[in-house]
Amino acid sequence: MFSLTDFTLSVFEGQVFGLLGPNGAGKTTLISMLCGLIKPTSGHFTINGLTYSENDTEIKKIIGVVPQEYALYPTLTARENLMYFGSMYGLKGKQLKEKVDENLHLLGLFKFADKRIETFSGGMKRRINLIAGIMHNPQLLFLDEPTVGVDVQSRNAIISYLKKLNEDGMTIIYTSHHLSEAEDFCTDIAIIDRGRMYAHATPADLIAKTHNARNLEDVFIALTGKELRDDI
Amino acid sequence: MLKRDMGGVIILFIMPLVLIIAVTLIQDSTFKTVSDAKIPILLVNNDNGKVSQEVYQNLEKSEVFTVITKIDGQAITEIQAKEAVFKGKYQLAIIIPQNLSADLQSKIDQNVGKILSNFGLTDTLSGKIPQKAIAQKEVKLYFDPAVQMSFKNAVMSSVDKMISQIETKSIYAAFQDQLGEDTAAFEQESFITFKEIVPKVGNKEIIPNSVQHNVPAWTLFAIFFIVIPLSINMIKEKSQGTFVRLHTNPVPNVIVMGGKTIMYLIICMIQFYMMVAVAVFLFPHLGLPALNVEGNLVLMSIVALFSGFAAIGLGILIGTVAKTQEQSAPFGSTFTIILAAIGGVWVPVFAMPEFMQHIAKSSPMNWGLNAFYDVLLRHASIIDIVPEISLLFLFFLLTITIALLYDKKKRTV
Repeated sequence: MFSLTDFTLSVFEGQVFGLLGPNGAGKTTLISMLCGLIKPTSGHFTINGLTYSENDTEIKKIIGVVPQEYALYPTLTARENLMYFGSMYGLKGKQLKEKVDENLHLLGLFKFADKRIETFSGGMKRRINLIAGIMHNPQLLFLDEPTVGVDVQSRNAIISYLKKLNEDGMTIIYTSHHLSEAEDFCTDIAIIDRGRMYAHATPADLIAKTHNARNLEDVFIALTGKELRDDI
Repeated sequence: MLKRDMGGVIILFIMPLVLIIAVTLIQDSTFKTVSDAKIPILLVNNDNGKVSQEVYQNLEKSEVFTVITKIDGQAITEIQAKEAVFKGKYQLAIIIPQNLSADLQSKIDQNVGKILSNFGLTDTLSGKIPQKAIAQKEVKLYFDPAVQMSFKNAVMSSVDKMISQIETKSIYAAFQDQLGEDTAAFEQESFITFKEIVPKVGNKEIIPNSVQHNVPAWTLFAIFFIVIPLSINMIKEKSQGTFVRLHTNPVPNVIVMGGKTIMYLIICMIQFYMMVAVAVFLFPHLGLPALNVEGNLVLMSIVALFSGFAAIGLGILIGTVAKTQEQSAPFGSTFTIILAAIGGVWVPVFAMPEFMQHIAKSSPMNWGLNAFYDVLLRHASIIDIVPEISLLFLFFLLTITIALLYDKKKRTV
């Protein structure tokens, strides 16, 4: 893992901001910092003008996080997981129940609401994982590889849902290795590697500015090289 | 979640109950002199006199031993006895030497004769007593090499006491014999006797038993075993990613930790009450004395609660520092066993070497155990247990603080 160096970045309201880079580039480190999970030893950032050192709770109320892992309790049902995580954002009673049911319906999981997570397929877990991060309608949503390891159907459902959330005003910061998905989904993209930012523009601009690039994958290879990134 | 995890339920609630029942039953029968718990021992009687007869009768009367003098209808020889004991077939063999009774009598007569002649009383007798040298007699004891030192010491002390009594009796008898029939008989009852004064509650004597020693000790041990599921769950939260959710929501970390602490404290208290209930209601049906909690339950609950705090603090610390379940589970269980060992759960602290006694004072299990004993056996008040429960709570605060600082440091890049 590389620590982030000389990194300056602004994400604006309503954007779907893609952080792309090879394994170990620093994407998860950056997202973890922005979520308040880890603290930078130097440098600073603000979210809506707020900092974690002074406004930890306020920031956490307006952000949503969808981690790379299935961050769910496997022995609890989908509904129990969502009720639990939703309650941590102050949702309760009827409002909480309605939120859970509404999101389960939207992602096609309502009939499995009372089944345990451990019985779910990868795609179903990913969708529940997403719902758990957006129950409280965050202004800013962090998604760390939200479609990794899922089938095409689940991926379509997830991306369509995210697009709808973005249309409704949610700002999204997202990492992925699916470059075609990012090209289609993101309004802005930053390509990072070895803890540094290599490029930052809209997908169309990135492709246009890169010599002989037909798509985002060509841009990605041109900027980060073909060298394997095996590291332990 | 717990009701869907049968393994967890068994570890948290059933295992401690099995542990407490098994240990108390074993410990109880070690001390109890019931007929079905008699230990068979070999007696090789090369003397066949008055002394050996008395040794035999005393051993039989003790209700601890079943004395075996013959195997297959044949009197046992010393070689046979030695072999049987050293192979572990029997735990003890007592070998009474030849002519023990006769030689003891001669030796006593010699000594008594000498004493009386010094007073000019035995002119007629001294001539009858042979003045030849009589060699010292040795009663040999063979022990199974596997028996514990405490058993050996107890047996040796009992045999020594028995022989001394026989010698004393013989000396008295010799004096009486030498001084003539018209001399008033010596009183042979011990002049000095021992009486144990046990604590009283009101007018009722409270005699400590194995249940009162074992239940607190093993309850504490079970409470501390919560370290394992707690640390494993924390590591699962890290590996499953739920840790990320718990740290990115607006609920402060202190409340998340507080929630865990309360939940696990509830589990500790359920464990505690289940074990107390077993000791009070089930033990009498197993032939064990019931645990007497009369008037002590509130204070016992306070001790269990603070012991729970200490155990939870340790569990959270291990769960924070360990990276995998493979690290936390063996470390948690081994560390708990070490704390129990140095805390006096198995061997009383007073019986430990001096430097270990100092180390014992640093074990939270020792603080908890002392507080339980204060309440149950010494009938202490809440004031008396304040030092111990304060230490337990300080241990909780210390471990939680270290865990939070470690976590903070780890989450800085």
